[in-house]
Amino acid sequence: MGIHQSLLRGEVRVRGLSKSYSLNRNALSVLRDLDLDVNGGEILAIVGPSGCGKTTLLRILAGLETPDRGKVLIDGRPVAGVGRERAVIFQEPRLLPWLTVLDNVAFGLEVRGIPAAEGRERARHYLRLVGLARFEAAWPRQLSGGMAQRVGIARALTVRPGILLLDEPFGALDAMTKMTMQEELARIWREERVTMILVTHDLEEAIFLADRVLVLSKDSTDPARLIDVDLARPRDRSEPGFVAMRRRLMAEFGLH
Amino acid sequence: MTLQHLDTPPIPLSRDSAPGGSLLRRGAAVARHGLSRYGLLAGFLVLWQVASTMGWVSPAVLPPLDKIAAALWNGIASGALVDDIAISLQRSGIAFAGAVVLGIPLGLLMGQIPAVERALDPILQLFRQTSALALYPVFILLLGLGETSKVFVIFWATLFPVLLATIGGVKEVDGKLIEMARTYGASRLAVFRRVILPASVPSIFVGLRLSATTALLLLIAAEMIGANKGLGFQVMNAQYNFQIPLMFAAIFLLAALGLAANFVLVSLQNRLCRWAAPAR
Ligand SMILES: Nc1ncnc2c1ncn2[C@@H]1O[C@H](COP(=O)(O)OP(=O)(O)OP(=O)(O)O)[C@@H](O)[C@H]1O
Ligand SMILES: [Mg+2]
Repeated sequence: MGIHQSLLRGEVRVRGLSKSYSLNRNALSVLRDLDLDVNGGEILAIVGPSGCGKTTLLRILAGLETPDRGKVLIDGRPVAGVGRERAVIFQEPRLLPWLTVLDNVAFGLEVRGIPAAEGRERARHYLRLVGLARFEAAWPRQLSGGMAQRVGIARALTVRPGILLLDEPFGALDAMTKMTMQEELARIWREERVTMILVTHDLEEAIFLADRVLVLSKDSTDPARLIDVDLARPRDRSEPGFVAMRRRLMAEFGLH
Repeated sequence: MTLQHLDTPPIPLSRDSAPGGSLLRRGAAVARHGLSRYGLLAGFLVLWQVASTMGWVSPAVLPPLDKIAAALWNGIASGALVDDIAISLQRSGIAFAGAVVLGIPLGLLMGQIPAVERALDPILQLFRQTSALALYPVFILLLGLGETSKVFVIFWATLFPVLLATIGGVKEVDGKLIEMARTYGASRLAVFRRVILPASVPSIFVGLRLSATTALLLLIAAEMIGANKGLGFQVMNAQYNFQIPLMFAAIFLLAALGLAANFVLVSLQNRLCRWAAPAR
């Protein structure tokens, strides 16, 4: 794959996106006139206070929710419903309990009609990538929370999406596992160069992984802000630049 | 640090292999387990036998177990009870099969398509709340006194547990799993086959086990009311003729039938649902 091609792959444009829900017969505006450009191969983190519409935005990008106004373009084509170039990693692993770990990872390929043998071969590759090769015959109930989440990540990678949408993927994990998973995700990104849009409530996670951070505010009339994270990779959480970035992001939240 | 070191036990999923020396200890453990599980049952049977032979209770009402066993043996050896077993199995078997063949597909359909459920629910509720036994005379009028009305009344009562359990199973499928499948581009059929169906299997089996119990219950009732063959008839008939050991032999056979049906269903469920913790 040439550089030109990989730059084109997984480019997201959001134009004038608005979404409101009705709550007790009142309209609740969650997103209003949002514009956003995400380059191919970029990692964008979305942060903001609880209830500000992060999940809503991600679900619209995934095609699981339709906006009231505005549009989403992926590599120039408007989004209508779910699509093969996108894969979603939810906060919970969402594994199918009746499939082995390997068949769970191959699930996305299977429903796309890839022959089982080929699907399993590709699934094995990504199971190795997340360090669970020896668990391919296990049932999901036999996994720990972190292992299950890694299986979910492998399943999403196996379909080789151009865009990976992640909604607080490590939110339920303990601090140790979380940090390892973040490093793992950074490594996977280096190898696969997929576009990643990552919703998180963890500012450190956002700085550790993202090229840019989108800060949504509680009030949808306030415009969303974009912050560049100009830190060299691989990133070091204790480095002064990292700490300064964290302070700046916290100030954005009015925490200082 | 790599991920493997985080939470991976050194040997995944290995079966524990007991060294030969601990065979005795294993045997003792099995015996202890057997005692804790079946001890009370054994005690009950012993008490029965002793109470009856010592005359604490009238042996005419509660005959000793050896007399019952003898009556059972005679009935089977002479072929008299064998015919009853065969006809009872046939009646409950046909009715149960009918309930499964209609109940599971209908339940899947109703669980999947709200419009179908909305349309069918009131009439099904009405049918379900009307006791099958109260309807038995109606079935006899409609279908005659022969096999058909008996099988039908059993089928009628047997249908509802499996139907309702199937509907419930489908409706309780985790919507998040369905959404996950959709994000991978699964078609409606694929979602049904790969997510909804397997997710419903455990509750379908709960319904099947309830249905099997119901089938035997209605079998006995139907045979007591209007039959001249079958285990239910034999229980009543033996009581009329004061053949109390034979009566108990038929009762034990019915109990054995119920246990066997449950055993078959549980084994089948455990084979189909190896992914879940075993059912008992
Ligand atoms: N299906 C829905 N019906 C009605 N309101 C909804 C629905 N989904 C979301 N909302 C509302 O939209 C707002 C944004 O929800 P969203 O889930 O996007 O928040 P979030 O930023 O992801 O929050 P969190 O950090 O807590 O996950 C909330 O006020 C919520 O009540
Ligand atoms: Mg959310």
